[in-house]
Amino acid sequence: MAVFTLNVNGKRYEVDVDPATPMLWVLRDHLNLVGTKYGCGIAQCGACTIHLDDVAVRSCMLPVSQVGNRRITTIEGLSANGDHPLQRAWLEHDVPQCGYCQAGQIMNAAALLKANPNPTDEEIEAAMHGNLCRCGTYTRIKAAIKSVVKG
Amino acid sequence: MTIVKTKYGRRSFIKTTVLAGGGMLLGFSWLAGCKPAGSRGEAALELPDEWFEINGFIKIGDNGVVTIMSPNPEIGQNVKTSMPMIVAEELDVDWARVVVEQAPLNTEIFTRQLAGGSQSIRQGWHSLRMAGATARHMLRQAAANAWGVPFDEVTTEMGLLKHEASGRTAHYGEFASAAARLPVPEEVQLKDPKEFRIIGTSRKNVDGQKIVTGQPLFGLDYRRDGMLIAMAVHAPAFGMKLKSVDDRAARSMPGIVDVFPIKTYADDYERQWCDTDAFNEKVVVVGRSTWEVMQARKALRIEWEPAAPLESTDGHRVAMDVLAARKARVVRRDGDPEAMFAKAARIIERTYTAPFLAHNTMEPMNFFAHVTDERAELVGPTQTPEFMEKSLAARLGLPLEKIDIQMTRQGGGFGRRLYGHFMVEAALISKQVGAPVKLIYTREDDMTFGNYRPAYRATYRAALDEAGNLLAFHVRAGGIPESPLFPDRFPAGAVDHYLAEVWSADSNISVGAWRAPRSNFIAGAEQAFLDELAEAMGKDPIDLRLELLARAAARPVGDHNDYDPERYAGVLKLVREKSGWGQPLPQGVGRGVAAYYCHNSYVAQVVDLRVEKGKPIIEKVCCAVDCGIVVNPDAAVNMVEGGTVDGIGHALYSELTFTNGAPDQTNFDRYRLIRHGEAPKAIEVHFVESDEHPTGLGEPPLPPVMGALANAIYRATGKRVYHQPFIKELRSQLPG
Ligand code: FES
Ligand code: FES
Repeated sequence: MAVFTLNVNGKRYEVDVDPATPMLWVLRDHLNLVGTKYGCGIAQCGACTIHLDDVAVRSCMLPVSQVGNRRITTIEGLSANGDHPLQRAWLEHDVPQCGYCQAGQIMNAAALLKANPNPTDEEIEAAMHGNLCRCGTYTRIKAAIKSVVKG
Repeated sequence: MTIVKTKYGRRSFIKTTVLAGGGMLLGFSWLAGCKPAGSRGEAALELPDEWFEINGFIKIGDNGVVTIMSPNPEIGQNVKTSMPMIVAEELDVDWARVVVEQAPLNTEIFTRQLAGGSQSIRQGWHSLRMAGATARHMLRQAAANAWGVPFDEVTTEMGLLKHEASGRTAHYGEFASAAARLPVPEEVQLKDPKEFRIIGTSRKNVDGQKIVTGQPLFGLDYRRDGMLIAMAVHAPAFGMKLKSVDDRAARSMPGIVDVFPIKTYADDYERQWCDTDAFNEKVVVVGRSTWEVMQARKALRIEWEPAAPLESTDGHRVAMDVLAARKARVVRRDGDPEAMFAKAARIIERTYTAPFLAHNTMEPMNFFAHVTDERAELVGPTQTPEFMEKSLAARLGLPLEKIDIQMTRQGGGFGRRLYGHFMVEAALISKQVGAPVKLIYTREDDMTFGNYRPAYRATYRAALDEAGNLLAFHVRAGGIPESPLFPDRFPAGAVDHYLAEVWSADSNISVGAWRAPRSNFIAGAEQAFLDELAEAMGKDPIDLRLELLARAAARPVGDHNDYDPERYAGVLKLVREKSGWGQPLPQGVGRGVAAYYCHNSYVAQVVDLRVEKGKPIIEKVCCAVDCGIVVNPDAAVNMVEGGTVDGIGHALYSELTFTNGAPDQTNFDRYRLIRHGEAPKAIEVHFVESDEHPTGLGEPPLPPVMGALANAIYRATGKRVYHQPFIKELRSQLPG
């Protein structure tokens, strides 16, 4: 066990955990931030996507000991009032079915748009490739992302 | 208006109690935030000081805010929005002033709290309308009494009561208290569908805001003070059982509270259909946190031993080949098919296969339980709370009324959460450790412990005469461990000489209902065969189907055909018109059609695709759907899109294979699910306009698209695919 100081959604947290603990479980079990989802644990589904500084990472494979003083952003902290343009677009397009994958989808798309505000269809597809949606909402996800790109 | 008697044994209308302050008796306060139903981040609705329960579905606040309980499990099929919409319609309220709550299991009030068979809307339709209409009636009566005017003169509009002659108005909240004390009316008026103003309009997902901001909603998100985390290790292969456990190392790991074996169902317990559990003995690890429990399980030394044959996919193939070659059990025979085949000028015979599939709900199986000597409290994702309450009562030795089940939002179902062994496991674990516990399946636990879609195989044969007319039709279909055939479905009823046979092979691999059971294979096979048949007969594939359906409508063969040929033809005609069928396509694009009827709804699809280096690129899918009245159109479109993607994805990419009883795919690195870039670039959905009773959409869009896909692949490449996952066959056709 070791104590880590983390900057999550602009707040400082201290956790005393096994250094190998993935950020996913630190967030969910220790910080009670459960918006970040568990889907596979091996970086294959994207449900656990968070931002490390501005880059999308799979928190299920990110040991807490490797975070250092980089900023962590989770779905809960993506916007102050739940009104990030993508969150609004998701509601406008009524994207979710079960909804379980959607936090990861939004976080991944948000990182994409930050790095590349005008992605082509192919760039969107490539960037979103790692985010599974078992319910098959892919066409709506793409439409929601594109509506933000155009706007 | 339709006048409907309320006396049909619905206990919910007999019970009218007034709840004092808060009134959250039925509420699920952990999940319920007071947000308007159409929540798009608007300001939260003002909470009333007092709630009045009008009936089991409806509470009205003194300020006119309405709470509607959504009775059925929400697994992504959108019932948590669409079922309350039906209540709100008949209650005649402003949807923006409605709060939706997930109802707990309550067999006193609700009937059929189940998610399965695409039946929630179809079977809930009447009672949901009655709930709303009864409450509206009682509010009108309360106003009439107070105002001293005749009942018939009191009208409603969007949550307001009105008496036109005197100009009096009041919002529902003003009369909620009085209405709640009134007797339940003997008959009520239902709206004419032409008066609907909520049903048939698109309303956003009531949980949308919570989903996109990551609020706790799902079973895995649930927590309670003092809650422990548990995992249950099952045998690595079907057919194995526990021999011995050495848990010394695991026990001494940090954060570990206990390690012990459990037996989910007692040996002498007579299992219900939903108690399927291939791994009855498990080794449980309980600890403080998920990661610590995951580490400790790795330190367990468990010996498993074979108790039954350890099956492999290769062996399954051989067994299926042998059985398929034998005569099988005849389940339908019309005319004299054998004689027709004997005299046929030409016989077409094709065989189709599909592998086992895992459900792979995005949220793995999990459940919270807190069990004491007196009662059991369970919270989490289940499709069958009503059934599992019985299993839990039996296993725990508690009376039914001491079992309390609450449902969270569920990260997918697809049939997997019909089988609630994980609820029993969670309860046993909580009882043993004497603490609240959340049982979590890892993805590997989930994928290797399925109640899988069975492996199937079907052979179709058609007999043609010299002129290419269809003389007879024969299907022989089987699987491990069940046949996929529905003998009375199309084209039965449309062919004079028809033979259907089934066979099956036993297996110890557990199977269950997987989105559109059996249809999820047989539709694709049958629709691909009809495409080849049309080609052999020199007919357009839609024309052939319409001719057969016209025959079935005019002079049906047999008298128990399981479809309505006119509605069937309706979706084909609609898809023909909307897809631009018959018009020229860009170079390299192939177009295929299919139509199917299951779960009371009709769906036809046209797929346009190209194949580049063995990789299909789906340009567009055009869908025509007849599901009666469409309650929430945009959400219905979403369901059809999802079913379409799901059908294409599984037919193209997915399979679960076995070696010595163990699944070869244990996570998404080896189990292929369709991904973003592989999904159709566009999906169009058209509904047949209808006043028919609404039917379900969770399953019907999935089966036919598998056939449309195979047919489009043929038109694009000139090669037919017969064996799912098609991607393998496409790759094997690549030159060199
Ligand atoms: S849980 Fe991290 S990618 Fe699946
Ligand atoms: S909405 Fe269910 S997994 Fe994406």
